[in-house]
Amino acid sequence: MATIVSRPKLNFREKLYLPAIAAGLAITIKHLKNMLLGRTKVVMQYPEEKWDSHLPAHYRGAPVLVRDKERERCVACQLCEFICPPRAIRIKPGELPRTSNFEKVEKFPLEFDIDMIRCIYCGLCEEVCPEQAIFLRKDYAITGLTRAEMVHDKKKLYEMGGEMDGLVNKWNPKK
Amino acid sequence: MDFFSGIDWFFIATSLAKTLGIIFVVVLPLVSYTVYAERRMSALMQDRLGPNRVGIPFTNIKMHGLGQPIADAMKFLLKEDLTPAHVNKFYYWLAPCLAMVPALLTLAVIPFGSTLLGVPMVIANVNIGILFVFAVASLSVYGIVLAGWSSNSKYPFLGGVRSTSQMISYELSLGLSVIPLFLLLGKLNLVDIVDYQAKNGWLLVPFWGEGWSWRRWLLLPPMVISFVVFTISIFAETNRLPFDMPECETELVAGYHTEYSSMKFALFFLGEYAAMITGSALIVTLFLGGWDLPIPWWSHTAGFHIALVDGSAPGIAGILGGLFNIVTFFAKVAVLLGLFIWVRWTLPRFRYDQLMRLGWIFFFEIALVNIFLTAGILFYLP
Repeated sequence: MATIVSRPKLNFREKLYLPAIAAGLAITIKHLKNMLLGRTKVVMQYPEEKWDSHLPAHYRGAPVLVRDKERERCVACQLCEFICPPRAIRIKPGELPRTSNFEKVEKFPLEFDIDMIRCIYCGLCEEVCPEQAIFLRKDYAITGLTRAEMVHDKKKLYEMGGEMDGLVNKWNPKK
Repeated sequence: MDFFSGIDWFFIATSLAKTLGIIFVVVLPLVSYTVYAERRMSALMQDRLGPNRVGIPFTNIKMHGLGQPIADAMKFLLKEDLTPAHVNKFYYWLAPCLAMVPALLTLAVIPFGSTLLGVPMVIANVNIGILFVFAVASLSVYGIVLAGWSSNSKYPFLGGVRSTSQMISYELSLGLSVIPLFLLLGKLNLVDIVDYQAKNGWLLVPFWGEGWSWRRWLLLPPMVISFVVFTISIFAETNRLPFDMPECETELVAGYHTEYSSMKFALFFLGEYAAMITGSALIVTLFLGGWDLPIPWWSHTAGFHIALVDGSAPGIAGILGGLFNIVTFFAKVAVLLGLFIWVRWTLPRFRYDQLMRLGWIFFFEIALVNIFLTAGILFYLP
């Protein structure tokens, strides 16, 4: 059922309209004054001031690959490639040679590309990785002039990820 | 040959210098920096910063974004100038010029200084002064109406129609509100009006000068009413918020200039701000003493008095006085432009019927009553 909203009864002062205009002008000039005196907090001036030191530990930036002291952690299981919702990851697996110390691992990625135009920074690749080889780091300003430049290849991913110490959870009995 | 010998070459040369100077050195830069001031002030009022990046190109010097208007002008010049296929080409091209020209033309009769080296600082000292201003300023509506009509598109058309009816309703109160002034002064010449104010105190603040009497105190209320009605009508005349019905971004996309791009759009933009400057200059000339600024002065011969600074003194003092008057005039205009901006970023737009009601029922009547009030005072205290 429709309800009828009655118009509010205005008193003389409100009908005159001018006091409201004066009050409005006072508000805007007050804001102007506070800005000029530097009393108002303004937003961060991005290129000069950066948020980096305030980024939380769980921030999800660009995904990168990490290596151990002896070898690269990725075993080319392709779980991240399968789970990636926008299909940003492409892996071409290769076979480790018999002579390698880690011959029992069998596979390693020949090529590992992440298309940063597609990546949605969801972090599923990090979550699904059994070897803890892929992590989302704090880099957020991923830019490029061409589409090809925006595809991070294996070399670039290791460059950004670097080396990481510590036992992989998979082999940690407590976890 | 007689014809050429009769020409006053000095007059032509000085008029040309004044015209070029006022348009290219003062008004056009003032227009672009009004736009900058508008953007900065609106930002500060809304707790933002506004354009503060562009400074000197190829350096890191930012100067609080003072390079922004120049960058904007470059952008307008380089943008694609699109003429839609469905428009009436002739009027579509004519409209931006008609929006820009009247605003600049009006400046011709406004005295922007006293004298400089004996040359009066007004481009055309004509006796019909204010009538010329009203006649030319009303022409600017043609720019908007033609733009709206020739664009052959519904939003510009609505903007154009609104502009016409708004103009009709506010021209009346604009014209009627200044009649008390002329009842008092008996002149239409703007130069004479400013001279009167320099001698007798500004019409709105008559606290000094000759002829201090009860009559002037009695005449102050009608002058204040005139000032308020005139200023509000100028707001409507220049299509500024709260009266920006023809443009009306939230309702009509961009109103009459929806179909315009590049420099043609920039001409509408320039026209709007030039009209604002002309309007402010007119208010300053009529009510706020034009180029006059009273300076308290003490001397042995005359004691403490208000000195009249103008360009009549001989030598360097006269030149400095003349320049001081010009600076004073444009400083007053700048203050009024600040008021325009302040009001724009405070008040919401009126609904269309409210606007018409305000124009026809309130301002028209107030201006009319004000004329009788002034006439009554002048009848009993001639």
